[in-house]
Amino acid sequence: MSIEETRVFEQPAIVIRNMDKWYGNYHALRDVSLSVQPGERIVICGPSGSGKSTLIRCVNHLEGHQKGEIIVNGVTLNESLKNIDRIRRDVGMVFQHFNLFPHLSVLENCALPQILSRGTPRKVAEERGMQFLERVHIPEQARKFPGQLSGGQQQRVAIARALCMAPKVMLFDEPTSALDPEMVKEVLDTMVSLAEEGMTMIVVTHEMGFARRVADRVVFMDQGAIVESNVPDVFFDRPANERTRTFLKQIVH
Amino acid sequence: MNYAMAATELVAPRKAPPAKRMPILKVLFGDMLSALLTLGAVAVILSLLPAFRWAVTDAVWLTDDPSACRSGGACWAFIEAKFRFIMFGLYPPGEQWRPATVIALLLGMTLISLSPALWGRKLVYVWAAAVCAMLTLMWGGFAGLSHVSTAKWGGLPVTLLLALLSLGLGFPFAILLALGRRSSLPILRLLSVGLIETVRGLPLVGLLFVASILLPLLLPPELDIDKLGRTLAALTVFSAAYLAEVLRGGLQAIPPGQVEAAQALGIPHWKAIRHIVLPQAIQKVIPPLTNTAIVMVKNTSLVIIVGVFDMLSAGRSAAMDPLWPGPYTEAYLFVGVIYFSICVGISYYARWLELRVKAKDYR
Repeated sequence: MSIEETRVFEQPAIVIRNMDKWYGNYHALRDVSLSVQPGERIVICGPSGSGKSTLIRCVNHLEGHQKGEIIVNGVTLNESLKNIDRIRRDVGMVFQHFNLFPHLSVLENCALPQILSRGTPRKVAEERGMQFLERVHIPEQARKFPGQLSGGQQQRVAIARALCMAPKVMLFDEPTSALDPEMVKEVLDTMVSLAEEGMTMIVVTHEMGFARRVADRVVFMDQGAIVESNVPDVFFDRPANERTRTFLKQIVH
Repeated sequence: MNYAMAATELVAPRKAPPAKRMPILKVLFGDMLSALLTLGAVAVILSLLPAFRWAVTDAVWLTDDPSACRSGGACWAFIEAKFRFIMFGLYPPGEQWRPATVIALLLGMTLISLSPALWGRKLVYVWAAAVCAMLTLMWGGFAGLSHVSTAKWGGLPVTLLLALLSLGLGFPFAILLALGRRSSLPILRLLSVGLIETVRGLPLVGLLFVASILLPLLLPPELDIDKLGRTLAALTVFSAAYLAEVLRGGLQAIPPGQVEAAQALGIPHWKAIRHIVLPQAIQKVIPPLTNTAIVMVKNTSLVIIVGVFDMLSAGRSAAMDPLWPGPYTEAYLFVGVIYFSICVGISYYARWLELRVKAKDYR
């Protein structure tokens, strides 16, 4: 049985059904529906203010939504703190501005969250931290502080920190947008290798090369709604929607 | 072709040219402004000569005879004679090894607490135990030590204990108040704002009066809390309110991404506050925290008005001794030097801490 066939029988990793979100009177997300299968890699793109970051921030409840449903690995996201906790346990997140803890060493950034949220013994947490720092190829920086690292290195630490929590799904919120151009590649390479290992990923990014290479599906959002969603080849070569075409023309010079 | 050459040949690093030095005369009198400033400085130094003569050349350094001090110079012999009184106040002379031990203990504890590597829960317990030991030792009434009531406590130990305890006990309250003020629960927020603004709106002298005079009248007589304790409570509330506002500044400076990262990692809210937010907030406000600490050390001298015998009161009373020719200046100078050393110590230590924090931010 191929991987594609087994997926049919598994429950989806993420189901978003008819979700709406408002900031005050501003309608930020409009009737968004999206289903992500385990192991699937989704790239979300769209102009700024189109709601792509807001969408993935709703998945782990950094933002609340007002209407519709979000189900992560079978757990419904509602006001129940227990459910929010269970979902965050399964969902790792990487931020545009890294959001490392500047007062903690790189290793401590990886170890302390495990200790605080899982009660992992310190020794185990540090070993695991080292293991994932090696995975992102910066074990030699373990004793340094985030402020002493380059942007690319910081973002790789952030990825390692998230992986330490053994997430089933990884959310990436414009992970390369705040980086100097020469550092984008090292972060994208880390993400590609993660994708190759079968991690379920939702990536908000403008890196269309990455999308073409890695994504199973590319989602285009505009004005808070999903406009078009398709496999990369079709999405890039024969976009169906006019707005998608305009957007692609603007970013692919 | 030239471009190709430039690209293949690496330019070797060279030494920076030596910094230019100006000859000293040119620095002092190089132009009109420098000359004026130099002359002004000389004038200031000359005008200080009489003070120098009073304090050093004409001073009476060693004598047991108070009348020798009528010469017009500074009477440092008085400090020597009254040293124990200024240091320990009315504490029974035969028992003064007890406050002396307390000072030594405080100094030792401070020294071992300087290194941030030792900071932690254990150190808090050790401090709590040490402070209890100090108070018990001062209080006495066990193991053959005579009981000495707080009315007889005085001098440096009182100043140090009041400063340390009002800051040490005030700090946890300040954290709660600062968090309360930023809470999303309206009742908590209102309570915190109300307390902070009330205390900040009152002069410390007023608070001290309320604590030492009004409180005993309002409370039932069975609830007779020691006067020193009530004074300490007033100082603690006062320092808590000010520290809370300093900490609030630090909390506001933490980007929301920090809490979001903690949430995304599933760190429980209170643990995130304790391990992620507060340490950063405190590091950011080391300079204003130092300022508040220094102000509080000096504020303890205001307890004189409710009759608590701190170091400044002791110095003043010592100078009132009719045997000596009213050496107030010397007494105040001496007490001032002690305050100054404490405050400068705090200030330099804080600067060192700040540099240490900064070292984490640069390669």
